[in-house]
This record gives sequence, C-alpha cells and structure tokens, in this order.
Amino acid sequence: MSLHEILFYFLSLMALGCALGVILSRNPVKSVLFLIATFFAISGHYVLMNAQFLAIVNIIVYAGAIMVLFLFVIMLMNLNADAEPQKSRLVQFAAVLSGGALFLVIIAALKTAGIHTEGNKIDGSGEIGLIHNLGQVLFREYVLPFEVSSVLFLSAMIGAMVIGKKEEAKSEA
Amino acid sequence: MSIQYYLFLSLALFAIGVMGVLMRRNAIIVFMCIELMLNAVNLLMVAFSKMMGNSDAQIFVFFIMVVAAAEVAVGLAIIVMMYRKVHSVDINILNRLKH
Repeated sequence: MSLHEILFYFLSLMALGCALGVILSRNPVKSVLFLIATFFAISGHYVLMNAQFLAIVNIIVYAGAIMVLFLFVIMLMNLNADAEPQKSRLVQFAAVLSGGALFLVIIAALKTAGIHTEGNKIDGSGEIGLIHNLGQVLFREYVLPFEVSSVLFLSAMIGAMVIGKKEEAKSEA
Repeated sequence: MSIQYYLFLSLALFAIGVMGVLMRRNAIIVFMCIELMLNAVNLLMVAFSKMMGNSDAQIFVFFIMVVAAAEVAVGLAIIVMMYRKVHSVDINILNRLKH
C-alpha cells in the first residue's frame, strides 16, 4: 500500500464521515463546521490529483467565503439544537431509503456501463492542474464564459442586496 | 488509483447530499446539502479530467464554483428575508404553494 493509497483512503473516510456529520448533527453550527471539514478533505483529494489551482480555489471560495456566509446567517438567526425542527421518523426513514436506493441504482448502472479504464492512472503526476496551464486554457478558449460569469456575479450581488433590503425601504421605492 | 474509487466516493457523497435534502427541515441545512452534492460532482469531474489528461473539465469545475458562489449569495438572501417574515427557517411552514 503506497502513501498515495493511504492518503486516498484517509481523505475519503474523512470526507464521508464529515458529510454524514453534516446531515446527522442536530446543531446547525456543528453542521457548518462538518461541511468545512468535508471541503478540506475534498481539497486534499484535489492536491492528491495534482489539481493545485482547484485545491486552493476550493479552500478560498468554499471554506473561506461561502461557509463563513452560512455561519454568519446561522449566528444572526440564533439557531441552536433546541429550536431545530425535526422530521418524523417515518419521513427520515423514507429519506435514507430513497437516498440508498439512488446509490444502488447508479452503482448497478455503472457496473453494466463498463467504464473503459485505459486512460491515465489517477496519481500525483501530470501538469494539467497547475495554474499556468489552466490560465492558458481559461484565457484562450474560455474567455467569453469568464466574462459572462463576472456579469453573473454582478447581478447576483445586486439581487442579494435588493432581496435583503428592509420591507419599508422597498415600499418607498 | 483507478477511476472506480473516485466514482464510488463521489457517488456516496452525492447520495449523502440527497439524503440530507430529503430528511432535514432546516432550510439552511438543505442548502448546505446542495453544496455537498455540487462538490461531489466537482470531485468526479477533476478525476475524469485527470484520467483523460484534458484540462477543460477543471475549467468547468471552476465555473461551477463561480455559479455556486452566486447561488449561495442569492439563496441566503432569500432565506434571511423569509426568516424576517415568518421567524422560522422550517421548510414545512412554507407550503402555501401546495394549497
């Protein structure tokens, strides 16, 4: 068992365990912290695949920006485990059952699909994930989507501000 | 590592996200589970890009992250507005479309 495999299994266990923690913990703040840990595990997977740019972006954007936003909203609303609404046992059981059924169905479909694996082994070699190569591709072939995404960000920013405005301020306008 | 390991890992993460969406009533947790599903897909796309030796998929993962960030900004604004009106983030209260 090489170091790469050991790291893979460790990170996979960490990601799956923390993902289960997200959906099982009663306290929403704990859920957010578990999700941040999941994102760090996924970033670790990106590092293992030598996709260093995405690993850094994943940490900065997801663990840094998005989850802090979630944490702020949860703390502003003063949510805690006592006020947490729970679905009935029957609905929870049905949810787990249908999630597991989806898992099984896709596994069965993959088994018959016969994925051809003559491609490269997934290891830490190769340079496609480095920022140099990704920048070349991004600014040569994907320049238009890149610019469109900046418009998307602008509209999302304005949209969030308009939606989040106080009600009386909205009726004046 | 062959691609199958990554397939099963991403699939398991995605299924956990689906279960979370179905079994929680807190709108914020449901939203977080959607983020979890997006990340499972991202992980699989990076693995496939590695397998094929093609960097286009990694650019797509980058754009998925961009869209997810915009989506979270608008979605959380909606949740905050809803909380201001009904003082709850319970999705079972928001069932007026059903009637």
